[in-house]
Amino acid sequence: MEKKIRLLLLLCGLMAVTQALIAAEVIHEEKSLYRDINVVQTGNRRCLIFNVHRGDRNQTCLDVSNRDELIFSYTKMSFAGLLLTPQPKKILIAGLGGGTLPLAFNDLFPDAQIDVVEVDQAVVNVAKEFFFFEENANMSVAVNDARVFVKRAGILGEKYDYIILDAFGGDYIPEHLLTQEFLEEVKQIMTEDAVLVANTFSTSRFYDHESVTYQRVFGEFFNFKLPASGNRMIITQLDPLPPRGNLITRAQSLAPSLEKYGVPLLEYPARLSTRVDWDMSRRVLTDQYAPANLLQNN
Amino acid sequence: MTVEMLGARIMAPYFGGSISVWGSLITVFMLALSVGYLIGGRLSTRNPNPKTFALFFIGAAISSIPIIIFADAIMRPIFLTIEDPRYGSLLASIFLYFIPTSILGMISPYSVRLMVDSHEHSGHMAGLLFFVSTIGSAGGTLATSFYFVLWFDVNQILWGAVAVLLLAGSVILLINYLLQKRAAHAQVSGYGKKN
Repeated sequence: MEKKIRLLLLLCGLMAVTQALIAAEVIHEEKSLYRDINVVQTGNRRCLIFNVHRGDRNQTCLDVSNRDELIFSYTKMSFAGLLLTPQPKKILIAGLGGGTLPLAFNDLFPDAQIDVVEVDQAVVNVAKEFFFFEENANMSVAVNDARVFVKRAGILGEKYDYIILDAFGGDYIPEHLLTQEFLEEVKQIMTEDAVLVANTFSTSRFYDHESVTYQRVFGEFFNFKLPASGNRMIITQLDPLPPRGNLITRAQSLAPSLEKYGVPLLEYPARLSTRVDWDMSRRVLTDQYAPANLLQNN
Repeated sequence: MTVEMLGARIMAPYFGGSISVWGSLITVFMLALSVGYLIGGRLSTRNPNPKTFALFFIGAAISSIPIIIFADAIMRPIFLTIEDPRYGSLLASIFLYFIPTSILGMISPYSVRLMVDSHEHSGHMAGLLFFVSTIGSAGGTLATSFYFVLWFDVNQILWGAVAVLLLAGSVILLINYLLQKRAAHAQVSGYGKKN
C-alpha cells in the first residue's frame, strides 16, 4: 500500500516537472464548425493552433512584447510578392489565421485597401481577441468561402493587385481552391500588374499536381522555397516573369522598410526559381478531378 | 449516396465548401427521400407490379442526367441572385437533386410490397430490404469518397450511376418479361394436359 502511494507521488512529481518545463499555457480554447482552435502562450510567444490532436500545428505565432515582428517564415515569405508588385493598392488575403499578415500589410501600406476572406467566424473572433487584429477603414474581413468571394468579385468586376492565397490551414484541404477553374477565376480579379502569392504544399504527390495546375493557368511561375521551411510559395503574375536582376534591385530598395517585421527580403531573390522540379505528366486538378485529400496521403 | 457525396463537390465552385453547403445537401436529400417513401408507399397500394418498379430506376436515371449536363446552367443564376451561399446551396440542391432522390426513395416501400406475400413475413422482408439498401448506401459512400474521385471525373462517376440505374431497371423488366412468358407457357401446357 505504502509503495503504491509513493509511486503515485512520484508520478505526480514527474508530471509537475514536465509541466513546468514546457510552461505552455492554453489561454483559450474554441471549437468551431471546422476545427478546434487553441491559443497557447509560452513566455512571450502566443500561438494560434489548429488540430491539436494530430501533432500541434502552429497557424500563427506572435511575440506579445514585439508585435511587429513576424515569426513564421511562411508569413514572411508572403512579402516576396513585393519583388514583383512593390506598391500594392488593393490587396486580397484568403485565410486570416491570427491576422498578423494582414496587420503587417496594413501597417506597411496604410493607404492600400485590404480585403481578407476567412471561412470560419471563430478564427476571426480569436484573431481579434488574442492577436490584436482589428478591422479599420481600409481593412475588412468577409466571413465567406474564398471561392465564393473570388467568383463574386469577378462578376462585380473588382480587381486586386496583390493576392495572397493562404487558406490551407488544417488537415483537410479545401479542394475547390486548388483547381484550374478557381485559378482562372483568380486571374479574372487580377489587375494587369498584379502578383499572386500562393502558400502551397511542398511535399507528397500533391506537389506535382499543384505545380502542373498552376503552370497550366499562369505559365511560368516562381517557385519559392526556403530550406528551413516546409512551405512552398508559388509567386506569379499575368505578364512574363521579370529577370532576376530586377528582383535584386527591388529587394535592395524595399528591404529596409521590411526590417521591423523581420522579413529578410534580400535573401529572397536567390530563392525564387523557375526550374521545373515536378513530374509534368501529372494530371491537372479541375473541378471535375480534385482528389486533393486523397493525393495528400499518397 | 454516390450522388450525395459528389453533390458537395458539384456545388463547391459556386457555394464553397463550408459546412452549410453540406447541411443544405443533406437536408434536401432527407426531404426528397421522405417524400419518395410516402409516394412509393402510396403507389404500392394500387396494382403493384414489377413494371412500375423498373420505371422508378429508369426515372431516377433520367432525372439524374440534368445534374451532369445542366449543373452550371442551374447554379449560375442562383449564384447571381442569392448572395448568401447557405440559401444558394439549398436552392441549388433542390433543383439538382430533389427529383432523382425522391424517385429513388420510392423504391424501398414499393419493393417491400412486391416482395411481401404475407403479413407474417412483412417485418422480415422490410428488415432485409433496409439492410440491403443501407449496406448499398454505405458501399456507395465509401467507394465514391475513397476511390472513384481518385480514378474518375465527377461527371464520369455520375454517368456510371446513371448507367447502373438504367441497367437495374432493364434487368427487372427483362426478368419480368421472362417470368410472364414462362407463366403464360405453363398456363398453355396446363390447359393442354386438362384437355
